[in-house]
Amino acid sequence: MKILAEAWHWLTTGSSWLGASGPWVHGPDGSLRLARDSIIGLGVGHLYMAAAAVGLAAALALPLGLFLGHVRRGGTLTVVVANVSRAIPTLALLTLFASGSVGFGNRAVIVAVAVFAVPPILTNAFTGMTGVDADVRDAAKGLGMSRWQIIVGVELPLALPLIATGLRTSAVQAVATIPLAALVAGGGLGVIINYGLSTQHYGQALAGAVLVAALSVGIDALLGRLQRKFTPPALRIGRSTLA
Amino acid sequence: MDRSNPWLSWAYIHDNWGDIAFRLSQHTSLTIEAIVIAFAIALPLAAAAHFAPRLAGLIVGTSSVFYTIPSLALFGILAPYTGIGRTTVLIGLVSYALLALLRNIVTGLQGVDPNVVDAGRGLGYGRIKLLWLVELPNAFPSVIAGLRVATVTTVALATVGVVVGFGGLGQLMFRGFYRGYNAEVATAGLLCVALALVLDLGLLILGKVMTPWLRGTRG
Repeated sequence: MKILAEAWHWLTTGSSWLGASGPWVHGPDGSLRLARDSIIGLGVGHLYMAAAAVGLAAALALPLGLFLGHVRRGGTLTVVVANVSRAIPTLALLTLFASGSVGFGNRAVIVAVAVFAVPPILTNAFTGMTGVDADVRDAAKGLGMSRWQIIVGVELPLALPLIATGLRTSAVQAVATIPLAALVAGGGLGVIINYGLSTQHYGQALAGAVLVAALSVGIDALLGRLQRKFTPPALRIGRSTLA
Repeated sequence: MDRSNPWLSWAYIHDNWGDIAFRLSQHTSLTIEAIVIAFAIALPLAAAAHFAPRLAGLIVGTSSVFYTIPSLALFGILAPYTGIGRTTVLIGLVSYALLALLRNIVTGLQGVDPNVVDAGRGLGYGRIKLLWLVELPNAFPSVIAGLRVATVTTVALATVGVVVGFGGLGQLMFRGFYRGYNAEVATAGLLCVALALVLDLGLLILGKVMTPWLRGTRG
């Protein structure tokens, strides 16, 4: 109970949210940085890193998945990528990148999280494209559509629900993985948990954990809702579970 | 220390073999214990969900929300109550493995050919006997698939236990990172992947051995 009270107190204190001197502070070189003692500052950094990681992964995996799906080759590749990535601990990649030349802290985190964001995007884009009915492609060809027109005008719209599912899975996963950044001196909301655990401020650790859990579940719900809203009624396939 | 900082170094492995072996065995026993406990809980739960289909939706729905909670957050929630150390990591790992297993076993049981179940019923099997002798064996490939996913994920997840001081090979990764010792980071990472692959292969073989009737029907 004492811990719960501590957590509640910490969460309801203004300075936990705003930091000692605001969510933005000036670094040693005068540049503006996100404060590490503010929930808002850490939260903004958290979302920025997640967005950057998913953006990076999408820039790579989306064209590749769409292309492979269009030519209907490389199914084994996507499965292998998905399976192998599961066996690699995120922490291993994080410490590896942070020790190596990728750079200390947040940059290493973004690259590591992007690596894990690739498989869902790749697999779903591929599955979405290969799932387009061959008759539909034939009909498009019969109408005299060029290859490019078929991709953009026929296959892409039909594959959109699965592509969106892939992006959403990656985004949720990224938001849930960023907390580990705290372990390699990066930012994000994990900093609160890590600080609480390592200094035995368990109330704060609990509060940070609740924040991180709420953010992950919230982002999942939000993206799920967005996805439903922007899917044309004819293409709605229910809550897809392809991950 | 040598001024060059190689990623792979036999000298590191040779000099620290005792430590590496200790962390590896810690990691392995943690993973296996988590999977065994999770399986022991998942099986009756999945059976219950199977008997009451309404419960199945609830179980799968709740577990998918729970699954979204990041591991670090879960350890942060547990640690204040269960303390720093093995218990906390084990509870966390069992929870995640349980969810993965539950989903696969429930899906596997639902996917059993209704004609086969019907035949069992025609032989006069009761509900329990039907589950034990007909449905579970038929769902076995799906159960094994669930075990494989859960095991591989657990090996990777166990490293995060480092935040409560019990991360097995994660302990080495973390220490190597803070000491700037590349070989330690890389060796621990590679051993994790190797452990995952070995356990995965073991389960794959177990699955083949336990389903002799499927041999020859698929690659």
